[in-house]
Amino acid sequence: MADKAQSRAQSGRLLAQFLAAGAVEVTPDILQPAEALLDLYGEDIRARAYVTADPLRGEMMLRPDFTVPVVQEHMANGAEPARYAYAGEVFRRQDHRGPARSNEYFQAGFEIFDRADPEAADAEVFALFSGLLSKLKLSATIGDMGLLRAAVDGLDTLPERKAALARHIWRPKRFQHLLARYSGQIEVPKARADLLTGQRSGAPWIGLRSREEMEARIAALEADAKAPPLASDAVAALNALAELRCPAVAAPAALRTLAIPALEPAIARLERRLSALAAKGIDLATLQFDASHGRSTMEYYDGFVFTFTAADPDLPPVASGGRYDALTRQLGQGREIPAVGGVIRAGLMADLEGKA
Amino acid sequence: MIKLGVPSKGRLMEKTFDWFAQAGITLKRTGSEREYAGAVEGAEGVQLVLLSAGEIPRELAAGRIHLGVTGSDLVREKLADWESQVVDLAPMGFGHADLIIAVPACWSDVDSLEDLDAAAHRFRATHGFRLRIATKYHRLVREFLTRQGVADWQLVDSQGATEGTIANLTAEAVADITSSGETLRANHLKILSDGLIHQSQATLFASRAADWSGQETRLADLARQLGLDAPAL
Repeated sequence: MADKAQSRAQSGRLLAQFLAAGAVEVTPDILQPAEALLDLYGEDIRARAYVTADPLRGEMMLRPDFTVPVVQEHMANGAEPARYAYAGEVFRRQDHRGPARSNEYFQAGFEIFDRADPEAADAEVFALFSGLLSKLKLSATIGDMGLLRAAVDGLDTLPERKAALARHIWRPKRFQHLLARYSGQIEVPKARADLLTGQRSGAPWIGLRSREEMEARIAALEADAKAPPLASDAVAALNALAELRCPAVAAPAALRTLAIPALEPAIARLERRLSALAAKGIDLATLQFDASHGRSTMEYYDGFVFTFTAADPDLPPVASGGRYDALTRQLGQGREIPAVGGVIRAGLMADLEGKA
Repeated sequence: MIKLGVPSKGRLMEKTFDWFAQAGITLKRTGSEREYAGAVEGAEGVQLVLLSAGEIPRELAAGRIHLGVTGSDLVREKLADWESQVVDLAPMGFGHADLIIAVPACWSDVDSLEDLDAAAHRFRATHGFRLRIATKYHRLVREFLTRQGVADWQLVDSQGATEGTIANLTAEAVADITSSGETLRANHLKILSDGLIHQSQATLFASRAADWSGQETRLADLARQLGLDAPAL
């Protein structure tokens, strides 16, 4: 295992290479206000990040990643376009024992905030990482969260159903449950059926949630009950999309055989990205494409996603990243900018270089 | 000596004593009513340690006791990756309680986790913060809701009188232990139909961290006496 000094030195070398690639260094604090992270990730983050308290600033977290503070800094006072780089420790609580699960490790990262050509920016980040990692014989996988999103948006059904599915793209279990519910594959539970025939509780009203809020949801459930079920071929196509894995070079054609018309703009974006990658010397025949890549682990990414992994399945990805346009919208207080970036685990890279 | 940690008072202690008595092992408190000292008869080399039930998981994890009796809910809540720290030797058939999620009974539109998730989404949009669930079982509730793919909730800590938090407007739902459901009903709450997180009961656990060297024969004898398989530690 690389010791801390080696990991730090490796992260410093990566930072220098990111700066040479045109980035400006940013140095976010290790202690981050918990509120923004909690608002973004929800309660899950408490299981993954160290929470501490400051008597004046309230709840703080030990930086679980750099992306959020970098976005905040850019949205507060960044000029466009911008390329940022950083290197330093991140801290991850580990609730489960297991191999190679460090709770404190060095990351070096590179982020692009640029409106001009998102697919070129995607390719720039990926090709930069691919070059830096080329000696390690890693396998790379790409995906695109925008594909599933586009397929959901293209379903011929109520906007409320599409919104509910889109909200759960990152939670496959709940997504599948909703899909089964909307396509009539699971029976309407008795409690729901009773509700729809007008049965109401006689219990006294308590709590902050108001009667009007309940009535609004019941109205939505009534509208939902009247809507026709999702067509089974649409559900089958969506499931086929979620399961699609193939070499990147074959992905556009494979996606077109699914015959989901709403996918066409997203497929065109994928083709532009693949062309940009090929122009930078990436071999699209060995690059893997996985339409569900990052679906349950890379929460805030909403477009292009990628990982570089070593052969040992017990190791976490050596590098990962993706596009997070929606995150800039959430943290931008009304403003937004297309953004893509990624991180390399410097210590893991040093380990693998030692073995190579 | 094998140190056996047992709850130091109340029904849990009495039932634990009864459970061991059925195997011919007499556990008893010694000294005055207020003194937490105990004795074991009918088993060789076993020392009784009387502890608060809530502290037994921690003592097992630290290896300061070899065996301990406590609720399976407390072990799962207090010990990260609990199976790597203790071995579940035997459910003891008492101290039954269910950890459940409950919401106001007046919420006619909420019966399941699917409903809770949808209501939480709307609640957050309306009120600007995530739907609050009051509990003291943070780990169990968080892991359950994450596994079930429920979103837009947050936990608020409640160490007692949890059922009252909703009427006091400090939470919208609760996750708590119930056996009869009477407290829930009295506070106008109902249990979600698929909101059972864990069925707890008093359980005999063995510590993986305790020093077992030289105790192998004693443990095997004790296990045989209790009608259990000797655990792999």
